[in-house]
Amino acid sequence: MFEAIAFYLFAFLTIAMFYITVMSKHALYAMTALAAGMIFISAFFFMLGADFLGAVQIIVYSGAVMALYAFGMMFFDSTRELKEKTTPSLLVFGLGGMAALMTVIIVAAPIVSNNMTAAYPIVEGVGNTQAVGMVLFTKYLIPFEVAAVMLLVAMISGIVLAGKKMDVSLTLVEDDDLPQTDKENKKAES
Amino acid sequence: MEMYLYIALFAPFVGSLFAALFSASPKTLIAGIVPSALLFVSFLSSLVLLIHAMDGNTVHVEMMTWMAAGDLYIPYGFLVDQVSATMMMVVTIVSTIVHIYSIGYMDHDKSFNRFFAWLSAFVFSMMILVMSDNFAGLFIGWEGVGLCSWALIGFWYHKESATWAANEAFIMNRIADLGMLIGIFLLYWSTGSLQYDTVFAQIGSVEIAVVTTIGIFLFIGAMGKSAQFPLHTWLADAMEGPTPVSALIHAATMVTAGVYLVVRANPIYDLIPDVGYFIACLGAFVAMFAASMALVNRDMKRIIAYSTLSQLGYMFVAAGLGAYWVALFHLMAHAFFKALLFLGAGNVMHAMNDELDPFKMGGLRHTMKGTFIMMTLASVALAGIFPLAGFFSKDLILEVSFIEHHYILYTMLLLTAGMTAFYSFRLVALIFHGEERYKLFGFHPHEAYKYMLIAMSPLALLAVIAGAFKMTYFEMVTKVLPMTEYHIHNPTVYWIMTIGTQLFVIACILYAYRKYEVAKEDKKMEENIGYKILWNQYYIPHLYDEYVAKPYQELSRIFWKDIDMKVVDATVDMVANVFYKTGEKTRGMQNGNLSSMLQWMVVGLVVMLALAAVYSIATSLVAG
Amino acid sequence: MEIGLNHYLVLSTILFAIGLLGVMRRRNLLMLFFATEILLNSVNIAFAAISHFYGDLSGQMFAFFVIAIAASEVAVGLGLLVVWFKRSGSIDLETLKSMRG
Repeated sequence: MFEAIAFYLFAFLTIAMFYITVMSKHALYAMTALAAGMIFISAFFFMLGADFLGAVQIIVYSGAVMALYAFGMMFFDSTRELKEKTTPSLLVFGLGGMAALMTVIIVAAPIVSNNMTAAYPIVEGVGNTQAVGMVLFTKYLIPFEVAAVMLLVAMISGIVLAGKKMDVSLTLVEDDDLPQTDKENKKAES
Repeated sequence: MEMYLYIALFAPFVGSLFAALFSASPKTLIAGIVPSALLFVSFLSSLVLLIHAMDGNTVHVEMMTWMAAGDLYIPYGFLVDQVSATMMMVVTIVSTIVHIYSIGYMDHDKSFNRFFAWLSAFVFSMMILVMSDNFAGLFIGWEGVGLCSWALIGFWYHKESATWAANEAFIMNRIADLGMLIGIFLLYWSTGSLQYDTVFAQIGSVEIAVVTTIGIFLFIGAMGKSAQFPLHTWLADAMEGPTPVSALIHAATMVTAGVYLVVRANPIYDLIPDVGYFIACLGAFVAMFAASMALVNRDMKRIIAYSTLSQLGYMFVAAGLGAYWVALFHLMAHAFFKALLFLGAGNVMHAMNDELDPFKMGGLRHTMKGTFIMMTLASVALAGIFPLAGFFSKDLILEVSFIEHHYILYTMLLLTAGMTAFYSFRLVALIFHGEERYKLFGFHPHEAYKYMLIAMSPLALLAVIAGAFKMTYFEMVTKVLPMTEYHIHNPTVYWIMTIGTQLFVIACILYAYRKYEVAKEDKKMEENIGYKILWNQYYIPHLYDEYVAKPYQELSRIFWKDIDMKVVDATVDMVANVFYKTGEKTRGMQNGNLSSMLQWMVVGLVVMLALAAVYSIATSLVAG
Repeated sequence: MEIGLNHYLVLSTILFAIGLLGVMRRRNLLMLFFATEILLNSVNIAFAAISHFYGDLSGQMFAFFVIAIAASEVAVGLGLLVVWFKRSGSIDLETLKSMRG
């Protein structure tokens, strides 16, 4: 009973938050709503017994990713209202709905109808974190390591991309002046 | 012995390749001499093999595997038995002589080297044809000679008529080859092999209806190659080629391949006497039919070509009646004197600047003594006067038909013999006797080169003495061919027949002399309806043109205009247009706007999902 | 009332549809990133739910990897976005037309 109440409550909240994210004209509102939605999603994870995943969700999304977005938005003039030439046509909504419906049919149909046997059953009497660790560091060890490397690469690339010429505001110079440094170098050489 | 076999087979090939090396360069004498010398080597090897075969030995080699797939096994196998040794002899002798002769004949031709390349290639193909130990090899040789014949008939390709004749010959042969191919397939289908020995060992157990079909289809192939009615028109037109080619291919060797095929396949034809009888009837008909056309023709080479056709008819009569050795014997004798006749005609053509109408010649015996003697000899041999080669071989065929009680065939052949004598000597009389009419046309005839005449002399000798080898030949060949001796038991009948035939033939010769000694244009005769029919070759080329070529052309036009243009082209254009229009219509998608791209992506996703849903529902319905 | 797998899947689908809507509708690149985050999260819910109801940890594993990918995507994407903003002064999609065919 509590579970049902919790589910519907969080479902409503999540949907509302994400709807705001998608529809809001203010970037700041959108981001805040997204962060809230992320936290509500972690509630589902806790309800589903995936405690570790829920924790990770909060830490990674609401902590790291949202912080990244917040810092990123400092570059952009995010407080002003977004002037979007939006055409909320029926087509767009229709397509979204259709895709959703199809996904439900396809994803749900075989899973509901077939009897699946668990390849990595949840071990009884062991906490979720421990169980996850057992699977992650045996079967999924190599993907885990690869994911780690990927994160490293992403981090470095993020730093390089965003941090290059932090002191130059590229918006204030003309497009023609951009390769100026190269030209000057060449002139100096000649 | 194997070495001799390979030498005999491959020497012409080497010669051909050698001459082909020079084919693009101007006349090089060596390109003619080397192939001739190699052919002489081939001839010597064939001689060794013939002597070997005379003792009753055969040489059978398997050079390498050609095709081996499943149950099909066809090697590059070669067989020299008494029959193929005889054929090899004929081919190598005539081709050696023709090669040497051609060095003189093609003296002034630009494409001297190319000529020898093709001529030697022809001999190689012919050797494969006669030496192969299976039907597939025979077919390869068969096609090879067809190809070389095409190239040599159309040798002067700048002449429209020559290319036309070459294509005609090739296409007619192609029609016939299809029949032969079907025959070969049927053979494989019913016996499971194409090797002669296996096939002939098993043919007895095959259903007689199938054997009949095989016999008919193989004979269709033979009809094409040997220019039997109704596929005969190409042979007369093939005279567009250089004269040595006519001598070698269209008199002595290639056209006799059909006879060789029937002789070679004698175990098959022995089982089906009805087909054999049909072959004999057709042969007799062609003999008479061709001879009658030769009576009035005014083209020297065509007359000889019709005579060849007629003699091929004789051979088929003999082969059809089961007298295979007689057919082969006539083939051999005929090759000698007919090649001689053609080469003589070549000399005359050279002397007369390629003039072919014998009515414009006359009295050439004074200037061309050597040619005159040889052509007269050849004509006498062709007419079948004792003791020349033709007497032994041709009279034998007459006797065969008499002994087999086919009196109608006998009568037809006898009449044809008379006609043969008449047209041969009509030609001789017109060319060599009478007034020197050529002076009116401003020709200055001259005798051919000495060495050409010397080269021809062995043929003349053989034309005279070939008959003497009859018994030796008989003993040799009957080791593989059915031994049937033909003797008329009643000596009175025999003598009456022989002497009667001789007298009849001589009478015809004398009549020809009398009529054409003084060549005058007989207007009254030319008005005659019979003459007109003969002159127009029974209107057969006309009929072919009217009822085969024209409807075909019309059909092709319909296919071109209606089917190709309106269906095929339109389809292709439509496909192109569809892509073009699609591109035109969808280029709006590529507006570079990421948002619209994303929307399109979602459209694609929805389509894919829909397909997947439909598919999964369909499969679950089928499974359920 | 029992909450079953279907409930979660339907929720997941609704969230996915919202995300898709955002992807198609938004013209601001940052908002586009937000929408992709929603897409990824909706899938995560489905993974976790299936994992739970079938007693199989693979679903959770995949959810982890999805999170890892989302994190790196944000890092790289924001970096690129910053560079682009420095160059063009706007993060509007309309400025990204260099791929016009």
